[in-house]
Amino acid sequence: MIDLRGKVQHADTAFRWIALAAAATVLVVLGLIAFTMTDRSLPVLERMGLRFFTSSRWSAPEGEFGAAAFIFGTLYTATIAVVIAVPVSLGVALFITQAAPPWLKKPMVYMIDLLAVVPSVVFGLWGAFVLSQHFGLGRSFLTAGIILAIMIIPIITSLAREVIETTPNTDKEAALALGATRWEMIRAAVLPHSKGGIVGAVMLGLGRAMGETIAAALVIGSALGQISANPFKPGNSMPAVIANEWGEADELHKSALIALAVTLFVITIVVNLAATAIVQRSMRRSRGG
Amino acid sequence: MATHITTPWLIATMAALGLTTACGKKPEESKATGGSGGTTTTTPGGPVTLNASGATFQKAFQEVATEAFTKISSGTKINYSGGGSGKGRQDFADQVVDFACTDAPYKDADAAKVKGGEFFYIPNVLGAITVSYHADVDKLQLSAPTLAKIFQREIKKWNDPAIAADNPGAKLPATDIVVVHRSDGSGTTENFTKYLDLASAGAWKLKSGSTVEWSPDTQAGNGNGGVAQIVKSTAGAIGYVDLSDAKASGLPYAAIKNQNGKYVEPTAAATSAAGDGIEVKDNLIFSALDAKGDAAYPITAQSWCLIYAKQTDKTKGTALKAYFRYLVTDGQKLLPEIDFAPIPNSLQDKAVAQIDKVQVP
Repeated sequence: MIDLRGKVQHADTAFRWIALAAAATVLVVLGLIAFTMTDRSLPVLERMGLRFFTSSRWSAPEGEFGAAAFIFGTLYTATIAVVIAVPVSLGVALFITQAAPPWLKKPMVYMIDLLAVVPSVVFGLWGAFVLSQHFGLGRSFLTAGIILAIMIIPIITSLAREVIETTPNTDKEAALALGATRWEMIRAAVLPHSKGGIVGAVMLGLGRAMGETIAAALVIGSALGQISANPFKPGNSMPAVIANEWGEADELHKSALIALAVTLFVITIVVNLAATAIVQRSMRRSRGG
Repeated sequence: MATHITTPWLIATMAALGLTTACGKKPEESKATGGSGGTTTTTPGGPVTLNASGATFQKAFQEVATEAFTKISSGTKINYSGGGSGKGRQDFADQVVDFACTDAPYKDADAAKVKGGEFFYIPNVLGAITVSYHADVDKLQLSAPTLAKIFQREIKKWNDPAIAADNPGAKLPATDIVVVHRSDGSGTTENFTKYLDLASAGAWKLKSGSTVEWSPDTQAGNGNGGVAQIVKSTAGAIGYVDLSDAKASGLPYAAIKNQNGKYVEPTAAATSAAGDGIEVKDNLIFSALDAKGDAAYPITAQSWCLIYAKQTDKTKGTALKAYFRYLVTDGQKLLPEIDFAPIPNSLQDKAVAQIDKVQVP
């Protein structure tokens, strides 16, 4: 880089390369992960073919590995989690930004953030002892969904809160000036403005719920081959299976578990891409494009 | 869960390895300076740390044995980190531990991947896997075919005719059976399903392995403790749990019909009796499951520790041999206290002979 006085700016050059290296590292690591994982999952994919995704029979002794039930369990528990978490998170975010008295704002934000730093194994154990035993929910899709919901509420809340706070005051005042009540103002000014960001927050929460391992492993019930819409039945999710079975797995079994990880990886990427697309589309619409 | 536990152990292991190399040099240095008289070293070869991983089945034994061994041989420190038989076999094959223990031998394909060359299986523990239950039945008795049908959900009520046939004259409740198994892959599951496969005369259809295809309408718990806890808190439950965890949870357990047609309760004596009826191969691989003998408890599992035939480090090799010898001789006396059983004397002799073959530079 050469500045206006014609001198070479070493600091600028160095910064450019360091930043580039950092950016490249992320991509290289991601690429390497994708490569090794796919490579190591080939034995099971060659053996099972498409049945790996369509069959729900999972029998290590017979070398039969069908992930359908685990894919279902992952999506089902994550959906339950989002359905529970989104209204709560939005309610909390709107309360903090629009309705809470100023003295309550800071402690509320602090408490929600505190929820985000609780280790997942603590949530899992709490779920196993309190929800499944004390409240008699057992180990089930629902128990896992509730635990996952509690875990993703902080993320969705804090992201939604930050997006909502960016609503221009002029928009809000305009709505109020037209005689809108506070709820009408939220509907007319705040929500349309923050829609994209909120969807993004929800998708991030969904991604976390799908990938959560330990808490899910502790409360989901570890039932094989369970594809049932009944939320009170025990099931299983991809990360929980990996966590439970990795230790004692032999070669083909390990390959099947890695293939589960690849599947999870791909699903998470698809969810994230979908989130980006939704966010961009709604942003274009809110700009009137 | 396992991954969360292993990280600190990994750090501890790495730290310990560093310690070993630091300590291991000292005796040689002192020898080199010529100080030969008046040494007070209790461990032959000097202070040393041995790192190991593997079967959780014998972790309790490793803990008491390590403590007792350190008392008689103060220079040796042993870290047995558990982690499961599969992890033990993998770690041993990759040479990241000094020794490992496992409930099941290597499969042929995996044995070829062991990096350190020839190695020995040293049997050191026998232990009973109980069938613990939570139902209003006094002294439950079960035969292998009935057990197989219960665990694959063909028998769903406690008063099923098959259970009644095993328990003549007993009052059986008309309640539902809840089957509890391990959620994590486990050598205990492998041995239990192997037994059902072996002894149920074809009634067992799920084959054997560290995890099998359990029916969806069953419950799963993490570790022996997790299964015991679910059995204890669920009316009508039945599950397989090792003897020490079953006793610790205060659960009743069934007497199982052995090959000679006798119903035997899992006790240390019945477990040892299973050891008397086993056939051992030259490489000391055997199965204590479904053993012969009137007094033998049929669901008896065994565990081995693995040691490389050619040790590369003198201090470590010497300490390893001493510890292994202790495990199969004096250490065996500790087993009944923790609800395991010693291996038979004849097998102890064979194990010692095998350990003597280990070469130390």
